[in-house]
Amino acid sequence: MHVFPYLVAAYVFLTGCHGLATSRNLIHAVGCLAVCQSSTYILLLAVGYRDGGTAPVFSDIRPGSRPLVDPVVQALTLTDIVVGATVTALLLALVLQIAKRHGTVDPDELRELRG
Amino acid sequence: MSRRLRLWLLATGSAGVAALLVAAALDLPAFGGRWHPYGERAVQASLSRRTANTIASVNFDQRAYDTLGEIGILFAAVLGCVVLLRLARDEHRARPEPAEVARPVRRYALIVLPVALLTGIYLVAHGQLSPGGGFQGGVVAATALHLLYLGADYRALERARPLAVFETTDALAVGAYVVLGLAGVVAGTACLANTLLPYGTFNTLSSGGAVPLLNAAVGMEVASAVVVLLAGFLDQAVEIEE
Repeated sequence: MHVFPYLVAAYVFLTGCHGLATSRNLIHAVGCLAVCQSSTYILLLAVGYRDGGTAPVFSDIRPGSRPLVDPVVQALTLTDIVVGATVTALLLALVLQIAKRHGTVDPDELRELRG
Repeated sequence: MSRRLRLWLLATGSAGVAALLVAAALDLPAFGGRWHPYGERAVQASLSRRTANTIASVNFDQRAYDTLGEIGILFAAVLGCVVLLRLARDEHRARPEPAEVARPVRRYALIVLPVALLTGIYLVAHGQLSPGGGFQGGVVAATALHLLYLGADYRALERARPLAVFETTDALAVGAYVVLGLAGVVAGTACLANTLLPYGTFNTLSSGGAVPLLNAAVGMEVASAVVVLLAGFLDQAVEIEE
């Protein structure tokens, strides 16, 4: 089972892609993009995991006394969560404006751009 | 493109990507393995600069320059939201009516609010020592403020949250991050290299050189960004009418 977590990440990513491609609602599509993004968190954290490892924080453990999980991928995940949340907010704001101007959130009905 | 054709295209593409991902996964180092060359070097670098929280060290010391790009994205996204969610020409503002709040909800929200706010500030301040930091602490502090919306009503939240102040703080915090980077350049080291300030004593509030300062700047920016974002969406839901 040594590749199982990586396969879970791939599965979550493809599920998000499927949702994005078949979506008939832009809010749903933004949600699917968030699902795609969470698959990268699973992948990063799975890459950084170490059997018996603890958090790479030395406020209460002596350096070198315990195996540590990889701090680099954790830092990447951490920033991505906050940045991802604001970008999702930006996309939702766009959807809000589309709904107001065009009266629909179905991407299939937005065939041509109007002024 | 017809819906059927699109689904076929999606199925073919997904199968290809899935095959590549599985092939890549089989070649990755085994899950939970001992081999983490970058992680070990990051821990060494963090200890040598007396930062107890290695993740804070990675974000605000070893990759401080990348974090500058990330808070740039954050700032740009918030700016975009403010522009998109502004009052349009054919809309007007309606004053929301004060709402009834169930007493247990009100009591709980008002008791928890100061605790949550303090927790957020604590997380930002101790980012270089314990799990936490500007990103998480900022979100906690900003959402704590919104307990006022649950516990009292929208007007109370509006009074507690002068939007112009938070928008300015957002910009100032990004500016502070840039200034801290430029200070290194002016002093003759590199931008955001964390060689300017003394590293301090390990595991105290003043450890880690520039890490606590950059952490505080990011905490301020994230907190005000979340407040501004939620204000934009709440305005749309509560105040703005066609």
